[in-house]
Amino acid sequence: MTAPLPLISLRSVCRTYRADGVAVTAVRNVSFDIDQGEILAVMGPSGSGKSTLMNMIGLLDLPSQGAIYLEGADVAALTEDRRSSLRARSIGFVFQSYNLLARHNAIENVALPLVYCGVGRKERLERAEQSLEAVGMLHRAHHYPRQLSGGEQQRIAIARALIATPLIVLADEPTGALDSRTGAEILALFAALNEAGQTIVMITHDPSIATQCRRTIRLHDGELVSDETLAPVLPKRSFAS
Amino acid sequence: MTMLQGFRIALHALRLNPLRSFLTMLGIVIGVASIVTVFAIGAGAQLRLQEQIRSIGANVLMITPGAVYQGGVRLKEGSKLTMTESDVQAILEQIPEVQAAAGSIAGTAQVIHEGKNWNTTINGTTTGHFMVRDWQLASGRYFSGTEEAGAGKVVILGSTVARELFAPGDDPIGAQIRIMKVPLEVVGVLDHKDPSQDDVAFVPLTTAKLRFLGSASNINRDSVAYIIAKVTADGQMAGARSEIESLLRQRHRILAGQEDDFKVQDPAAAMEAQQGAIRTVALLLVAIASVSLLVGGISIMNVMIVSVTERTREIGIRRALGGRMRDIRLQFLCEALVLCLLGGAIGVIGGVTLSMTVARMAGWITSIDSEAIALALAFSIATGLIFGFYPAHKASKLSPIEALKTE
Repeated sequence: MTAPLPLISLRSVCRTYRADGVAVTAVRNVSFDIDQGEILAVMGPSGSGKSTLMNMIGLLDLPSQGAIYLEGADVAALTEDRRSSLRARSIGFVFQSYNLLARHNAIENVALPLVYCGVGRKERLERAEQSLEAVGMLHRAHHYPRQLSGGEQQRIAIARALIATPLIVLADEPTGALDSRTGAEILALFAALNEAGQTIVMITHDPSIATQCRRTIRLHDGELVSDETLAPVLPKRSFAS
Repeated sequence: MTMLQGFRIALHALRLNPLRSFLTMLGIVIGVASIVTVFAIGAGAQLRLQEQIRSIGANVLMITPGAVYQGGVRLKEGSKLTMTESDVQAILEQIPEVQAAAGSIAGTAQVIHEGKNWNTTINGTTTGHFMVRDWQLASGRYFSGTEEAGAGKVVILGSTVARELFAPGDDPIGAQIRIMKVPLEVVGVLDHKDPSQDDVAFVPLTTAKLRFLGSASNINRDSVAYIIAKVTADGQMAGARSEIESLLRQRHRILAGQEDDFKVQDPAAAMEAQQGAIRTVALLLVAIASVSLLVGGISIMNVMIVSVTERTREIGIRRALGGRMRDIRLQFLCEALVLCLLGGAIGVIGGVTLSMTVARMAGWITSIDSEAIALALAFSIATGLIFGFYPAHKASKLSPIEALKTE
């Protein structure tokens, strides 16, 4: 028997943009694995390639070189439609600015990914209620985003990210727009979700957030400079550098 | 994402901006309404003509007096009655394609029954007239041979005259009416044919000449104002026509090169030509109305492009949450379609209302058929698809990463 496959593997991933005829390398030769059940912080100053990396892990973008494997499958080999469907089923996005649809109420926002999973309306709303309950926002189900505080909106966004029971939740500066107390609540929510087995990747430039994650990857100028696991709960692994 | 979901999302989006949605679809509303109205009026005009053609009867030729010279002066057509009863006889006997023929003279007079009176056309003719025009009786009988030969004091009423002179429950058959002080017995009432044809009272030709119209200076004992003839089959119309022409030229002693003193007409053919003209005008008007549909489509495209730009972030979010390019395309296509369909539906209602108003106010006959409505709706769906496609395609091609970055 072989060891279980990592959830996501990045192998020598590079991402080069061509802006005004000049090639800009946002991510350079990055390799690491993400295992099922991990909570991982990706740190780095702005412009270090964090967001580009997250877009690639989230199947919104493809590497220029190297490969990304989701459960062992090369995502570049999939069609655009297939990657979209995988996003709906396997990836949960949480954004810094929440990105709720302003013209839909909370429960409709939460149910939205299921539209793209082909789930019927009745089941969508049932599952959205469950998801809202899991983040403690069921009482806000019929409120519109503008009627909610930032912390509440982010909880709704997390409920939306969770609804399709994704393989991985990708959070891009999830507390960036929140005050420190609300931010701490959101982080506690992520910690609880991880306790329940949810794989989470958090992108942040805030070291205090990173310390709450067991594992931290640091990027600088698009390169992976460190990959540390704080508490030695999991056995040490070696990573290609 | 299914079509149904697409439509639901579209309705949701359009409800949020009702004024803008309405203004956007206004071009379609106007276009569809004008198409429906033009169709209704055009179809009504054609219907009216068809009824008139039917009321004349099938395969009927009409022979009327032509222009004549009198001492070198060319007189107005019909100013001299050139046809005679013996012409009628000759046509019947010598032209095998003619199965029935009748001569008529006509004038107008007041008809009186008890307290009621009515001004109508008095047509003196023979029973052949009803054969030529396939005109059935609602009740009673046609003229008898004796009545036709002996100037019998009998009358057959058109349905309008019967309605005007007699109370609804009253049976006109056997009743006495008076025309120019002459008492006549009603022997028959004709079937309803067409409003333009039913306002008439028929008397035997002999009766008309002897008692009513005989004093008119241009009527000699034998002459008739016009002749109608029924040809056995549609394919023989042209042949019968030229045979009648040569027969009458011969009988009227018209030399080669001289102008006919009569005219043979095919009224149904003339009306069909008129019908063709109406159809052409209606098509032209529909074409003009279609231009407003085109303009409506362009305005929908314009608003949709703006809407795609405004909602770039929404598109990015939907893509990140798993919306495929085709889902985004479907969503915006559905919006354009809903706009066009709603506009089309409002336009149909508006067009139907407008044509009914026109029918009432102007007294025109309009006819709204489901085909025109289906066509107008099909046009608006096509407009939605054609003009919605580009903005929808544009939306689906947006890069989700870029779209998420926009404010």
